[in-house]
Amino acid sequence: MPTVSVKRDLLFQALGRTYTDEEFDELCFEFGLELDEITSEKEIISKEQGNVKAAGASDVVLYKIDVPANRYDLLCLEGLVRGLQVFKERIKAPVYKRVMPDGKIQKLIITEETAKIRPFAVAAVLRNIKFTKDRYDSFIELQEKLHQNICRKRALVAIGTHDLDTLSGPFTYTAKRPSDIKFKPLNKTKEYTACELMNIYKTDNHLKHYLHIIENKPLYPVIYDSNGVVLSMPPIINGDHSRITVNTRNIFIECTGTDFTKAKIVLDIIVTMFSEYCENQFTVEAAEVVFPNGKSSTFPELAYRKEMVRADLINKKVGIRETPENLAKLLTRMYLKSEVIGDGNQIEIEIPPTRADIIHACDIVEDAAIAYGYNNIQMTLPKTYTIANQFPLNKLTELLRYDMAAAGFTEVLTFALCSQEDIADKLGLDISATKAVHISNPKTAEFQVARTTLLPGLLKTIAANRKMPLPLKLFEISDIVIKDSNTDVGAKNYRHLCAVYYNKNPGFEIIHGLLDRIMQLLDVPPGEDKGGYVIKASEGPAFFPGRCAEIFARGQSVGKLGVLHPDVITKFELTMPCSSLEINIGPFL
Amino acid sequence: MEQGWRWELSPVHLLRLRHHTQDDDTLSPALRLDTFKMAMHTPDSGSGGSGPGRDTLSTLEAAMADGPVAELLLRRLEASDGGLDSAELAAELGMEHQAVVGAVKSLQALGEIIEAELRSTKRWELTAEGEEIAREGSHEARVFRSIPPEGLAQSELMRLPSGKVGFSKAMSNKWIRVDKSAADGPRVFRVVDSMEDEVQRRLQLVQGGQAEKLGEKERSELRKRKLLAEVTLKTYWVSKGSAFSTSISKQETELSPEMISSGSWRDRPFKPYNFLAHGVLPDSGHLHPLLKVRSQFRQIFLEMGFTEMPTYNFIESSFWNFDALFQPQQHPARDQHDTFFLRDPAEALQLPMDYVQRVKRTHSQGGYGSQGYKYTWKLDEARKNLLRTHTTSASARALYRLAQKKPFTPVKYFSIDRVFRNETLDATHLAEFHQIEGVVADHGLTLGHLMGVLREFFTKLGITQLRFKPAYNPYTEPSMEVFSYHQGLKKWVEVGNSGVFRPEMLLPMGLPENVSVIAWGLSLERPTMIKYGINNIRDLVGHKVNLQMVYDSPLCRLDAEPRPPPTQEAA
Repeated sequence: MPTVSVKRDLLFQALGRTYTDEEFDELCFEFGLELDEITSEKEIISKEQGNVKAAGASDVVLYKIDVPANRYDLLCLEGLVRGLQVFKERIKAPVYKRVMPDGKIQKLIITEETAKIRPFAVAAVLRNIKFTKDRYDSFIELQEKLHQNICRKRALVAIGTHDLDTLSGPFTYTAKRPSDIKFKPLNKTKEYTACELMNIYKTDNHLKHYLHIIENKPLYPVIYDSNGVVLSMPPIINGDHSRITVNTRNIFIECTGTDFTKAKIVLDIIVTMFSEYCENQFTVEAAEVVFPNGKSSTFPELAYRKEMVRADLINKKVGIRETPENLAKLLTRMYLKSEVIGDGNQIEIEIPPTRADIIHACDIVEDAAIAYGYNNIQMTLPKTYTIANQFPLNKLTELLRYDMAAAGFTEVLTFALCSQEDIADKLGLDISATKAVHISNPKTAEFQVARTTLLPGLLKTIAANRKMPLPLKLFEISDIVIKDSNTDVGAKNYRHLCAVYYNKNPGFEIIHGLLDRIMQLLDVPPGEDKGGYVIKASEGPAFFPGRCAEIFARGQSVGKLGVLHPDVITKFELTMPCSSLEINIGPFL
Repeated sequence: MEQGWRWELSPVHLLRLRHHTQDDDTLSPALRLDTFKMAMHTPDSGSGGSGPGRDTLSTLEAAMADGPVAELLLRRLEASDGGLDSAELAAELGMEHQAVVGAVKSLQALGEIIEAELRSTKRWELTAEGEEIAREGSHEARVFRSIPPEGLAQSELMRLPSGKVGFSKAMSNKWIRVDKSAADGPRVFRVVDSMEDEVQRRLQLVQGGQAEKLGEKERSELRKRKLLAEVTLKTYWVSKGSAFSTSISKQETELSPEMISSGSWRDRPFKPYNFLAHGVLPDSGHLHPLLKVRSQFRQIFLEMGFTEMPTYNFIESSFWNFDALFQPQQHPARDQHDTFFLRDPAEALQLPMDYVQRVKRTHSQGGYGSQGYKYTWKLDEARKNLLRTHTTSASARALYRLAQKKPFTPVKYFSIDRVFRNETLDATHLAEFHQIEGVVADHGLTLGHLMGVLREFFTKLGITQLRFKPAYNPYTEPSMEVFSYHQGLKKWVEVGNSGVFRPEMLLPMGLPENVSVIAWGLSLERPTMIKYGINNIRDLVGHKVNLQMVYDSPLCRLDAEPRPPPTQEAA
């Protein structure tokens, strides 16, 4: 969930009133936001770097507000204020207009070289904008928030904003060999080739995260003006030449990307948020984008879409009984201008370009419910009549757990993920023999594989509890995972029961007795015939030679029991003899 | 211990059985502790501050066996003027002081019969060698006596038991001399006719209890020769108690089968129990606290008529984990940083292709009344295997199965099982945790129904103050986070997430259009940590958990009032 940080006083000024922290928290909750933290720049720096560094920092109060991940229109002060003011019916939602310029339209020409790396681009112009320091900061911050969220860290979309007065169109969006791209990037004093820049930015804490998007590509995307000035090398960096400042009056905005839909949404969000500060409020100057196939479109789209939803559907989905008129009013408060039409039960809803999150009638239903107030909805119980059933394997597990404890064994809960070493090397096995599933992106060795046996977890539990009085009698009933090409995903869970006895003597008779008890509980008689159980001498690398038996029940092998091999005991950092039992309980269903 | 494991004994088995028996003879630490606790129940006021151990035990036993001494003590005390000293009494009675102490302690245990004040006095005692000398004379005296008038060869003298020490002492006392010019080697002669054995005399004085007659210097000299030692003697000054009486009968400690059969218990007094002592915990196994909570949640769902869904597949395809839930392929949750993907088996082998096509179309173009996400949906991305990030994947499978059954029948489902996240670990986040999920599918379910079900569910958890906050989940719309007021933290805390599954998820499955599915989820760990006041999740889950915590954990009664936080005194 993105967090937007706004200056409290600026926010209250824009909202036209002040709130106590509690009042504002309440307002956020109602609207689906969360006032996450009340802090200041000084406090943040002091927390992260200590009081000394924070000495000169501002102590203006900041509100950190959590915004739902699909509400890109609330990612800056301007959007938050507009959303809340409309919600509280203090203003009407503004109408955003795309206008044609008096003179020539700005053109962005896309060449076919971009197809393989970053094929899409859209553009727009904000004319006669008036920034202040706070507005400018908010403009930069919104781009950053969009980059981090909908733009997927610039992978899907990257935004470039430029001082149009320093450039001369038409602009060309193309892709070139890195060695052929040379320009002075933002915040540098001289020109570098793209190759040099990629090297320099490897150590840049901010930019290094985006390099991978184009790094190994033969051609890098780049935008030039008609004089060959580099506007930007998306998605990495803009040129210094066209940088915007607080004094910039005309802004050229380009969004390049791999997802056309998202590029259009991002552009719409930026221009709708900041056209507020244009001389003609909420108007945006169109730009023309010429595609490699020669066709062209104008942007931003700023599309208003009409949806029709029946009032009784909203009432039925939410569980309320409001008149169509009231529902239309509720929706209008959510920035969705609505009116009752037709037979008096139809509501026509206008979806503005800021609400790209509305893709289905259910999104409209939710907004009606939010405006109605979730906590005002009457709670009722559904009349759904059903008979409950337990999942048979879990039912058996529950029954066995209680009787294992009654038999004097203590239940442990260990991790399903572990290292290869735990399930292979430490048990004297080769990893290939385990048929384990392997994780491709573990952050540490603890998450290399899913366990194929419960034993390592139990032995590690003992190792962490060596100070406890002996004997230690532990068990776990849980799932292990084995590769299996007969299942749809290629792997299968098995419900295992594992028990260990750890003492000054191996206690094989105790573990064997436990097996006898388990079989008694499962109503499996001793003996080979009639679905009985029997243990037969066996061997296994985890067991001491001659001290291992395989367990056969109901005609199949279900597991092993025995005295653990001293090497296994040592590798798990234990010092006492130990016997163990592990069976698959699936066959006993 | 013989209750038999098997009777056909091979030599190895014999060895094992024997070892077993040995083990039971030498008490394990745990067993020893239990014995002690049992002993603690019987009164033991004499040992006040002394630590636990076998010594306490043996003292007590000795005291019980000393009925006659106690009786003698009471008689003497009756005749005495004010009181008597335990050591003096022992000396008078000619018995071990320890026996008198035992009697004092057992009388103390009876209440106010006597009063005993512990006193410590220092006393000089002879060492073993000192006693020998007091009896047989000093080494030098023994050397002197062994020399006849005609003298004795030095080599022969040295062979005597007291030879070496006695010779040098007798020489320095000038009682004897050595003639080195004698024909057959050095010879020793007496110098004086008789001598006083001062050492023996002094030691005899000490033995007679008259150590004070010796000077400081004399005592220290004897101590240096290791003939004398200063010991601290703990004695009791015994006086009559408020309930003094000479006629006490011995109290029984425990009821025995013999007493019951003979009826003698009717006439016997019994020692009072010390009810402040701890009992002996029964030998038992224990269930893990988190899984006890899991059992309760299962119970709650079952009480509410919810059927358990199968969740026994940790490995899931991206398709079921994300795509089927209408979670777009570029969603951050599908990032390597959030999800564990599999290297082997890297891809799902089978997917329900008809359904896959419908899902693909809904994502990329929309349909079922939806605009869709309008991006290029890739089958390869959907095939990627992963460790499921939520049990909602299992719910999706269950709902898909339900959709294939015609006609539609309403269901209530639940599941509680492990899920996996490739997250940064901290005090409240592990790479795996348990998710609790509830699902209701029926015609015409409303948001009000969802809230009603949640109210009932949380009431069973003992949570009655609920508040709902609008939220965003990719696969539910409307969505609501559930908050409850936490009395301890004095604030609203999030306790779950919920919503109505999106039509883009349900309709491609084939569920009828007027069927709504409401669902909610929460983690098992979080309410458990709040309930038991555990701050670090590692103290609850995993192999590093302290087993003592597992042993000591109480029953899980979710609707019962939590134990009040420990006060200063209790802590």
